[in-house]
Amino acid sequence: METPQAGSPPTASAPTAGSPPASPLANPLVGRANRDGAQLFRDWFATLGEAAASGRGGAYVFVMGSLAELLRTFDFPIVFPEINSLQTAVRHAAHEYLNEAEDFGFSPDICGYVKADFATQMRGGQLPMGRIPKPALAVYTNACNTYIKWAEIWERMYEVPIFTFDIPGTRASGRLTGPGNVDFENDRKYVAAQLAELITLCERVSGQRFDIDRLREALGHANTMNRGWQRVLELNRSRPALFNALTDGTIYLGVANGLRGAAAGAAYFTDLVEEMEYKAAHGIGTLTAEEYRLLFVGVPCYPIFRRFNELFTEWGGTFVNSTYLWFASGGSNLGFQYDLERPLESLAEGLLLSVRDSMDSMFFSPAILARMIDDYAADGVVFHPIKSCRTVSTGLADSRRSLLAAMDTATLFIESDHMDRRVVSEAQLKNRVDAFFEGLATRKRLAAITALAPNAGA
Amino acid sequence: MSATVAETAVFPEWQGKPLEEALYECRELVEDTTFPTVRRWREAGGKVVGHFQVYFPEEIVHAAGALPFKVRGAPLEPTQADSHFGSYLCSILKTSLDLALSGRIELDLFVSHPICDAARNLAAIWGRNLPYPAEILYLPQNANSAHAATYLRGEYDRLRRSVEGATGREVTAVALARSIAVFNENRALLRELYRLKRETPWQVSADEAYVLVSLAGLLPRDEHNQLLRWILPRLVERPAKRLDKTRVVLEGGFCEQPPLDLVRSIGRSCYVVDDDLLIGLRWLTSDVSVTGDPLGNLAAAYLEQSSYSPVQHDLRKPKERMLLERIANARADAAIVMAAKMCEPGLEEQVAYTKALDRAGIPYFVSEFEESMTSFDHLEIQLQTFVENLLFR
Repeated sequence: METPQAGSPPTASAPTAGSPPASPLANPLVGRANRDGAQLFRDWFATLGEAAASGRGGAYVFVMGSLAELLRTFDFPIVFPEINSLQTAVRHAAHEYLNEAEDFGFSPDICGYVKADFATQMRGGQLPMGRIPKPALAVYTNACNTYIKWAEIWERMYEVPIFTFDIPGTRASGRLTGPGNVDFENDRKYVAAQLAELITLCERVSGQRFDIDRLREALGHANTMNRGWQRVLELNRSRPALFNALTDGTIYLGVANGLRGAAAGAAYFTDLVEEMEYKAAHGIGTLTAEEYRLLFVGVPCYPIFRRFNELFTEWGGTFVNSTYLWFASGGSNLGFQYDLERPLESLAEGLLLSVRDSMDSMFFSPAILARMIDDYAADGVVFHPIKSCRTVSTGLADSRRSLLAAMDTATLFIESDHMDRRVVSEAQLKNRVDAFFEGLATRKRLAAITALAPNAGA
Repeated sequence: MSATVAETAVFPEWQGKPLEEALYECRELVEDTTFPTVRRWREAGGKVVGHFQVYFPEEIVHAAGALPFKVRGAPLEPTQADSHFGSYLCSILKTSLDLALSGRIELDLFVSHPICDAARNLAAIWGRNLPYPAEILYLPQNANSAHAATYLRGEYDRLRRSVEGATGREVTAVALARSIAVFNENRALLRELYRLKRETPWQVSADEAYVLVSLAGLLPRDEHNQLLRWILPRLVERPAKRLDKTRVVLEGGFCEQPPLDLVRSIGRSCYVVDDDLLIGLRWLTSDVSVTGDPLGNLAAAYLEQSSYSPVQHDLRKPKERMLLERIANARADAAIVMAAKMCEPGLEEQVAYTKALDRAGIPYFVSEFEESMTSFDHLEIQLQTFVENLLFR
């Protein structure tokens, strides 16, 4: 272990004459992001509870292209049903919600997030951590098709307007288009037209006129956040890694989504960059004595979130990056900077590029992973497809095959779920993880032998 | 492609035979997982563009002189494709890839659509494993945007360029207009087949109708037209006895297809007077204009002259309302609501469908299926019980 327990760091005190200099670990900014993130999350949820109590409807959105920058300017309480659902799993209550939805008629084979949310709605918005408002409208991109089916449920339940924000993705591997390209311009005009239509809808639902200056302000905050997110991910190339992408990263991700376009979110990311730069400068890593640097591909196993991570950290494995931190941030990892001189046009372009990148990190991941392995000096890649999410999981087995064909790297392929503990077998996971690390250890030993005798076998 | 290819019949087996034998040949072809018509087309020097379920603007491929081939899986064990996927996936995805990996079908271009979360991964997987281009056609998912048709026109133009690249043949506006006319005739013939199903279901069984539609995805459309032109009047004239069977609408076959024997089993118990089987081949519900901008006309038709399915969201077409309309238009007494195993949109829609049917007081039978299932006894007994219950309501 290289740092104190995150969440309960030592209190900083000024060095006094004769006393030894304070350890860099004693600086209160170490672990600050985890503490502040948890607090911001509670504060955000409290505002949702207040909205629910006062009968105000929320804007229901999703992490891949939330459009929170825009919706915030209409003062909608922003509700992320995905985050609410995963919280039921983290708090070990998901099975109650899943059972209720399945009793209603939903199949065990569909997305657990959808079912948990459906049960939440049937419970009047009640969740283990509070109550959420009903939807006043739903806005969702096509980054996940299930978003669309999910929103249709709210449309039926509440007869509220729902808006599919269609963002065309990359058509084929390696065929990225950019401004000026005829196909990109076709996509961009489509996105821009939908943005105008969404603004009209928001005005109608909220009863507020669109204020471009407020949008400009929100985009400014989103710029700070995007810049910060990109920088934080980049800083984790440090050795040892500064944060665990699976655990700490999920906290940062929660703020990146929940407070996107808000001043508090921008301030959080400014602080986060400061903390990570400090940790990098002082060689402060995570709680794990870093033996192996790992990449995570897929969605976390929330029903046993802490234990799942421990299966890796017990062997000295640290997740240094993940595709989850890319796609579930809606492409913030790109660090896209909105042009505040032309906010609407720039928002359209940013949405197209960022959400497209989100989709690319799911559908066209092998090239991305190959770069990540090099950039982060990763020792292995953990693929974790889940039953619930076919968007993320369908291509993972083939991505793994493709990656292995392209480069010699260690990989682990384990399946479970992000909601449904019925398909999470800890013992089986542990067996596979242990075998993976035994393989990694062997690789390390062989590499050491080869390094000592470079001409051996020549 | 030379003119010879277009003139070569890839499915001559039915010609010169009486109706029942011709229907037998059609059934044999649909069940043949070696896809002989695609092979013959290629052997004659033709290019083939494979398109995954549900809808695809086949006219663009036809206008390039190529064969649009509907990739919709097959009832087989996906021995080669299985290791490319994880668990918890529908069968059609695996068997479709298997057809390509095993060499049963050879394509020059593969196109999939973001119809569901699983299928949208398919083009990427295809592209990583096969030597020809594979791409996604982004049909608009915001069908209610005023800009959707303009966008789709641009997307079709992008597809046109891809098809030209794969076939080496220019797709001209004149050729497109001609292809649209061919497909208009095909749509009219399929509408006539479905009218026959609705009006006189004893003249054409559920599996026969299914086979005739299914051939559209396997044959050059001109050849399919020729077959339908010959067969439809003979179906009308064949001696058949009207039975006292329950009229049902079968819903759930928009993507993965139920085995032909399952359709036949259902047909033994009921008259299937309408369905959504292979709805992509019948997506456009009326003629597409052959004058003006052909790509613009196809784009407008996709949005404005089209059917419904669980994988297209359109505020004007709530699926459960559309199902109730289908049932009413077909004067059906009941519905069979099926979903392919592990099909997220199908299973989700099943809930909405059954709740709407409950509210409307329409009896329904719910089930799951898989394209490779081989035992139907249990399901048939359940279905017969359902039908018998209806008789004593």
